[in-house]
Amino acid sequence: MEEKIKCRKCGREIEREAFLLNLRVCPYCNDHTILGSMDRILITADEGSFREFSRDMKSVDFLKFFDLKSYKERLMEAKLKTGLNEAIVTGEAKIGGHPVALGVMDFGFMGGSMGSVVGEKIRRLCDFSIKKVVPLIIFASSGGARMQEGIMSLMQMAKTVSAVNRVREKKIPYFCIITYPTSGGVSASFATIADIIISEPGALFCFAGPRVVSQTIKKEIPPDFGLAERNLKNGQVDMIAGRKEIRDTLARLIRLFSS
Amino acid sequence: MDLKKLKEVPKSYVKEILRSLSKFERLKKIPFFAGIHFKDAEKELDGKIEGYRMIDRQSARVWRIVELSRDGRRPQCLDYVKGIFTDFVELSGDRLAGEDKSVMAGLGKIGGRTVAILGQNKGKDTKERIKYNFGMSVPEGYRKSIRIMDIADRFGFPVVTFVDTPAAYAGMEAEDKGQAGAIATSILKMFEVSVPIIVVLIGEGGSGGALALAVGNEVAMLENSTYSVITPEGCAAILWRDPAGTKLAARALKITSPDLARLKVVDRIIHEPMGGAHNDPRRMVKIVKRYLTDALGRWSKFSGEELKMMRAQRFEKFGFFEETDTF
Ligand SMILES: [Zn+2]
Repeated sequence: MEEKIKCRKCGREIEREAFLLNLRVCPYCNDHTILGSMDRILITADEGSFREFSRDMKSVDFLKFFDLKSYKERLMEAKLKTGLNEAIVTGEAKIGGHPVALGVMDFGFMGGSMGSVVGEKIRRLCDFSIKKVVPLIIFASSGGARMQEGIMSLMQMAKTVSAVNRVREKKIPYFCIITYPTSGGVSASFATIADIIISEPGALFCFAGPRVVSQTIKKEIPPDFGLAERNLKNGQVDMIAGRKEIRDTLARLIRLFSS
Repeated sequence: MDLKKLKEVPKSYVKEILRSLSKFERLKKIPFFAGIHFKDAEKELDGKIEGYRMIDRQSARVWRIVELSRDGRRPQCLDYVKGIFTDFVELSGDRLAGEDKSVMAGLGKIGGRTVAILGQNKGKDTKERIKYNFGMSVPEGYRKSIRIMDIADRFGFPVVTFVDTPAAYAGMEAEDKGQAGAIATSILKMFEVSVPIIVVLIGEGGSGGALALAVGNEVAMLENSTYSVITPEGCAAILWRDPAGTKLAARALKITSPDLARLKVVDRIIHEPMGGAHNDPRRMVKIVKRYLTDALGRWSKFSGEELKMMRAQRFEKFGFFEETDTF
């Protein structure tokens, strides 16, 4: 394995060891790179508190979808690459001693795309949050809907919003943390209806991605398009919190909402 | 293997066929396989070629429906509003930032009952298309819808929507103003209101921009309309990395009314006059009016709580997955 890696943003070389100890954040430019869901849970939940739900739930190729590859093949590749069964890991956990319903998306699994399994796992997570009256916390990271599931992936947007709506009706707080990148069907459904939206620094968070927008308006777009700092300025997120502060920020919010 | 056969196969598949062919050729060189399996291999390859031809024919069929669904002569939201409702009053503005003409909103009467009406217009000539931004909405449009649904909820008016949009508008300003949040909040609002919602997909049901107005107790679809998570063009660009995949994507995505009825995403298919809605727009509007009168009657007997619960159940059941470890 390479000893050094190059930052995709500032281009500087970072010792792999230092990069990992810094939670995959560039020590020079604070670029928050993509973090797998298991690593995310490790640094967010209290040690040993996480218990996963519906771990064996798997997608099925019900449309027999194939483009250059079949959906089955793409699923298999994603499984081998990530060691996960799907693009979200959900379960119960504790954060700062407080029990929560926690969902963490994984961009590595088919670009974090939302299909039937992501939708169903979020629905069940909402059910758990309601049953145990614990805050709902979701880390979003997704390129959008899972095209290989056709219209059913669009329906997951409505499904997850409906499930979150039931959490809202019970006056249980829902916090969503936006990580690089979150766009399309996920940003236009459960992610943006959270009570509090927190963004990681530099995280891209938009509906249409920069390439599509640039093609549509036939113009160059500013380099900060859709990024956390611009979203904060535009009033689209409540705050920006770095990877190291997120656990404390969440714990404080939970305390504020549970009085 | 007769390579001339490949001439009749769609180009996008030739590569894959050649790949399997070379696999068979390689197998043939292994003494064990020599002469034994090759006959079967040839048969299998022939089958594959026939399969690809079929897929191509199906794709062409689906593509004709895509073209029909986008046909500028089709009746649009405005035609249905004019032909169906009396006392119609158009309402404008989101009271926050502006007015989006691509979303039409208003109140009108049908069968003596006041309903709130929402829908997208694409426009029929260049001037209209520009005015309506080709039916592509921005946050102001979705937020106007939310405002009208709020009025409907407070006064007990059922909501009727006519969905016809290629997609939500992908613009800088739209993004800066929170396009994603506007769509999500519109979807959320449709789960919150205590009145019946009837959705009619009248042309192009394009992705999140369509879903923002399509969370209904009942979702109906005109025979030649489409409803899809992404345009076939967009899907081809991402998955096929080639515009040549557009028709194949249209087929693969399952976006036609029979496919969507089979998946239960659509409750009813509304049949169109022979050859398509554009051949007899007046009759098409009449058919939709009859459908809406029936549907509103059917849903008027439920309480607000029942309507909300039924909407939640309708959408939360969607999805296919398996839960047992198979290997
Ligand atoms: Zn850097």
